[in-house]
Amino acid sequence: MTHLMEALQWVLSAESWAGPGGLGVRTAEHLWYTLLALVLSTAIALPAGLVIGHTGRGRALAVLSTGAARALPTLGIITLAGLAVGIGLKAPMIAFVVLAVPSIIAGAYSGVEAVDRRVVDAARAQGLSPWQVLVTVEVPLGLRLILGGVRLATLQVIATATLAAYVGAGGLGRPLFLGLRNHDYAMMLGASLVVIAVAILVDALFIAALRILRRIPGIH
Amino acid sequence: MDWALANLPRILSLTVDHLLLSLPAVAAAFLLALPLGRVADRLGRLREPLLGSAGLLYAIPSLPLFIVLPILIGTGVRDALNVIVALTLFGLALMVRSAADAFGAVSQDVRLAAVAVGQSRWGAFLTVELPLAGPALLAGLRVVSVSTISLVSVSAVLGVASLGSLFTDGFQRGIVPSIAAGIIMTVLLAVVVDLLLVGLGRLAMPWQRTQARRAGS
Amino acid sequence: MIEFDHVTKTYPDGTTAVRDFSLTVPSHTTTVLLGSSGCGKTTLLRMVNRMVEPTSGEVRIDGETVSSRPPVQLRRSIGYVMQHSGLMPHRRVVDNIATVPRLNGVSRGAAQERARDLMELVDLAPELARRYPAQLSGGQQQRVGVARALADDPNILLMDEPFGAVDPLVRVELQSQLRRLQVQLRKTIIFVTHDIDEALALGDQIVVLRSGGEVAQIGTPRELVEEPADAFVSRFLGLQDGRRRLHASPRVGGGWTVVDDTGRPVGLIEGEDGTEPAAPSPEGC
Repeated sequence: MTHLMEALQWVLSAESWAGPGGLGVRTAEHLWYTLLALVLSTAIALPAGLVIGHTGRGRALAVLSTGAARALPTLGIITLAGLAVGIGLKAPMIAFVVLAVPSIIAGAYSGVEAVDRRVVDAARAQGLSPWQVLVTVEVPLGLRLILGGVRLATLQVIATATLAAYVGAGGLGRPLFLGLRNHDYAMMLGASLVVIAVAILVDALFIAALRILRRIPGIH
Repeated sequence: MDWALANLPRILSLTVDHLLLSLPAVAAAFLLALPLGRVADRLGRLREPLLGSAGLLYAIPSLPLFIVLPILIGTGVRDALNVIVALTLFGLALMVRSAADAFGAVSQDVRLAAVAVGQSRWGAFLTVELPLAGPALLAGLRVVSVSTISLVSVSAVLGVASLGSLFTDGFQRGIVPSIAAGIIMTVLLAVVVDLLLVGLGRLAMPWQRTQARRAGS
Repeated sequence: MIEFDHVTKTYPDGTTAVRDFSLTVPSHTTTVLLGSSGCGKTTLLRMVNRMVEPTSGEVRIDGETVSSRPPVQLRRSIGYVMQHSGLMPHRRVVDNIATVPRLNGVSRGAAQERARDLMELVDLAPELARRYPAQLSGGQQQRVGVARALADDPNILLMDEPFGAVDPLVRVELQSQLRRLQVQLRKTIIFVTHDIDEALALGDQIVVLRSGGEVAQIGTPRELVEEPADAFVSRFLGLQDGRRRLHASPRVGGGWTVVDDTGRPVGLIEGEDGTEPAAPSPEGC
């Protein structure tokens, strides 16, 4: 418990947050990595997942590969990328995208598939084009599951971003590993607590968004 | 390939370490999730808040949990028990929801019928609810097993031996084959355990096979 | 006028839903496709708006083959009502009805106004406009479905068992409303059902289908009842199980009671002016 008190003291002290290596900058880096990785992976995965869900084409492959991707060890991907492209942000970013894409694809196609086929059929029969069916029916009605996929990906990236420091990038992993190496328990524990707080706060935002969506009728 | 062959004994012993960390966690998560899920399913208004908070556990990144958990349970950061407990918590975060949904899907009619023919509640649970919830429970268990096996390796940065040690060693000494071997072995392990679970499921739930065949025809 | 010209539909798995089917649907009338499930009637209906493409043969509207028209544009010009309303659950009633006008570029305000007119036409209370489909009864949802199909004033209305899922009382109500609307609007309607009473109540022309879309008989309701083409039609219409073979028997206290083949009463006979005819003398029977 003394470790915990020391860690909290470290987290709450002003100098831990100040400066270029302080918690403030590290937290910002952490969130920046997460946002960048999510934008990149969503740009790749969302269209792919929506097309798979809309057309049903490539579904078997998608199920298989998103399932297999769950087995990929994050540390392995990030160290492999680190050796391949060198130290910096590029390596972890590749790893984040590799890990985030399957969750987003899976969320997107299952969201579209969960939409009542009869509603989609009726929409087509009224004369909505395939694109209009996707945008005005399938995406809004499948939004909760689609967003659920993005939520999972976000959690995964926030967790993996902690490991980015292991291959030389910034983020909240920096103080964590520094503390680990120097046997500075207060720093190591304190940084861990901040990561946990960030992760839970971000997840709470997603939960709130999903809860708002649930109020709209018919949305899955 | 040469590297892997030359280091085969080490890879195999790390694989065993990996299994010794992940399998107990998967088993513990499954066994604890059964009663928790069953109880959570019957809580009515409390069901969603409870399952929601279990899910929130899943939001906690693994490495920080490995570091914070020892304060709560009094182990050392590098203890196997610390890693197992942390992985169990992650497994629970996923499995409690699966279990609650699995039990929730067993129809009330079937349950009442079991009680109506004179089964005790406990007997009805063991002979009716559990088998009927079986397929969904198995599906949840498979997800937990795959994600646990892939999560274990993170503990290698703390110095806990597992297939993850191939990543840390490989990265520090610049040996790509070491990392590649680690990734391949992790995925292989996940697949093998998954197939074993499917096989066990078939043995335990023989009626599933005929149903699947009928549904497929 | 809608013409089916030797259309056949064979699915990739080898099943044939419709084989060499031909039919002319005159304009401004209601044609009912009557048959049990699996007879291909929905397939035929969906060929008209290209939701199903025939394997061979063609469907023409006013002499023009539908395959020459882009499906999306074609569908916007044809009203479609289905069994489950198929309403968009996340859109309010008024927006659901305004779907096609909006697609065709009508302004939001004008489309909503049109939607409100249609709600009145199908006897939906104006205050339902702001509701979501899930907040309506089954019958109300079907009315919204009909209003939606009529929204852009199409010449053709395709109706796929539109009243099949509502309870019998509401169904009769919806049927009489459709009859009333048809007198006023004079659309070309193709109506699919497996309910013989519904077919007799709504059809100007009834097409009785066997499996595979094979025509058993085409005729007016009266022709069907009076001269069923064969045993299949007769059985389908219920002419053989005694349901429609009625007998009049003198009623205690005067008039006639109508009974079916099994002696169960189904109604009374009244004179043309609504009075009961004089009871025939018992000896006359």
